[in-house]
Amino acid sequence: MRIAVCAKQVPDPDIPPSQFKLSSSGRAVEPPRNVSPVINGFDLNAVEAAVRIKESADSDTEITVISVGHGFALDVMKRALATGADRLVLVDDPSAQDLDAAGTAQVLAATLSMHGPFDLVLCGRQASDWDQAHVPLFVAELMDIPCVTVARRIDIDGASATVERVVPDGYQVVEVALPALVTVSNELGEPRYPALKGIMAASRKQPEVHKLDELGLTDEQIAPMVELISLEIPQRQGRAEMIDGADDAEKGRNLAIRLRHERLI
Amino acid sequence: MSVILIAGETGQQGVTQQTLELVTAARSLAGDGGEVIAVFTGAQDAVAPALPADSVYLLKHEALGEKDSGTFDAATDVLSALASELDPDIILFARTDRGSVVAPRLAMRLRSAFARDCVAAAWDAGDVIVTRPVHGGNANARFRLAGKGPCVVMFRPGAHDAGAHDPASSTTSSPELRNFDPAPHIRESRSKLLRTGQEQKEGVRLEDAEVVVSGGRGLGGPEPFTQLAELADLLGGAVGASRAACDAGWIDHSHQVGLTGKSVSPRLYLSFGISGASQHMAGCSSSRNIVAVNTDADASIFGDARFGVVGDWEKVLPAFISAVRDIS
Repeated sequence: MRIAVCAKQVPDPDIPPSQFKLSSSGRAVEPPRNVSPVINGFDLNAVEAAVRIKESADSDTEITVISVGHGFALDVMKRALATGADRLVLVDDPSAQDLDAAGTAQVLAATLSMHGPFDLVLCGRQASDWDQAHVPLFVAELMDIPCVTVARRIDIDGASATVERVVPDGYQVVEVALPALVTVSNELGEPRYPALKGIMAASRKQPEVHKLDELGLTDEQIAPMVELISLEIPQRQGRAEMIDGADDAEKGRNLAIRLRHERLI
Repeated sequence: MSVILIAGETGQQGVTQQTLELVTAARSLAGDGGEVIAVFTGAQDAVAPALPADSVYLLKHEALGEKDSGTFDAATDVLSALASELDPDIILFARTDRGSVVAPRLAMRLRSAFARDCVAAAWDAGDVIVTRPVHGGNANARFRLAGKGPCVVMFRPGAHDAGAHDPASSTTSSPELRNFDPAPHIRESRSKLLRTGQEQKEGVRLEDAEVVVSGGRGLGGPEPFTQLAELADLLGGAVGASRAACDAGWIDHSHQVGLTGKSVSPRLYLSFGISGASQHMAGCSSSRNIVAVNTDADASIFGDARFGVVGDWEKVLPAFISAVRDIS
């Protein structure tokens, strides 16, 4: 079985909002310089899902992690290799920064086709930077394969997968024919930490790197349809009205009185 | 004036709140003399009536409906066929489970520009400009949607007023009911819904609650959530949690509020031990009144809150609960 995982390098989403700044171009948000990027959290859940399938499989399973971007921190991306992925494919190109979601999907679909065929394509349910949960669905549409979103469990059963997906009031169990694309959510469980042995093995592996023009896409296919025209950091409402008191218990009582006064409780 | 197609949804109480919000958005985007068309796929009976649209399609087929809800392939097939026939200027979806799947697939199939989770959309010199929060609400971005064919825009629930349809002021009476045969457009299904499970929860639904009592990493364990539940009961609200608290296993993920959990916009959002990372604030920043209790005076949530208490929740919370009891 061949599994592909699409992963994205993003600024650490745990950075406090107050530290976000606009770049000089006004087109990007710059995290603080001293904070290293991370693999998008849900994409790590997708890697974890792939590794669990590999561990439970009877037959040989190969996991290929694919990422599109520029300025990769290799040690960050190699975390996927250290936790059980076999290959790392990077489309590393300065013009990758100009791609919109549809263009990114075109590049991913072309890369998947170049390194494929894959039985299963896994993606994180959403990226934490541009919050674009639709790239996986674009990819599925381009590959004309079914897509099951927000999975918390994936079981492979011959030519089909049984996927438990999270829905607003509970869950669904869906059987989907392979090849298929599945987006993975954090309910699947914590991604494992790399073991020393895995880190050593990963350090000896090199990514396969492509430029955009190696993928055989036309300019029209990757021309942006969605153009960013402005980006602004919203004005904070300012500091809260702080409720005081002689001790914490009195603060709690005063809070209740204040909220009652405002008719909020 | 423009033609706006709405991908509507129905629930147990008929047309959903989010669909009514889309109608508000559609009316404004359609302009004077424009046309608002709503399409319901897999709709239950008799949903058309009071919807202030110009025309309505109620498409029924055995492949649509709940059976389709694993991959929504049939809904995508039917909507793209109808959209190709109607050639609207904009297709509107709400950010629901179904909308999140169908809208992007449809946009890619039509090679149309797509924007998700928008809070506003307007015409500008023949193009659609949308506004949406990015980086977990740390920044707002405005995008121009180009490309061929209709734009596909998905709105964040709560972005528009659903109650703006005063029947007295509405110029439309009942919408015209139109026909479209979905059957020829539905391809063979590649998925099967085996079963659905309800995550049993008592009391008020988190998304509908007027009061949400939320806890985060600062609570340090599962036990405090019992007290939060007590307070939520007292105020007729629901219990929420940050991702950190859910991932730690202190409370079920169905309570998670944030970018990756539920979006809530209650009248009162009471948070205990939540620092206010963007991951979390994305799910609650549209609350009308945020109250933050945190030991760290520099916690960023105090920048979003209307009222704040710097203190230990272990002391603040019991005193607060007992005062609430005395008052009410």
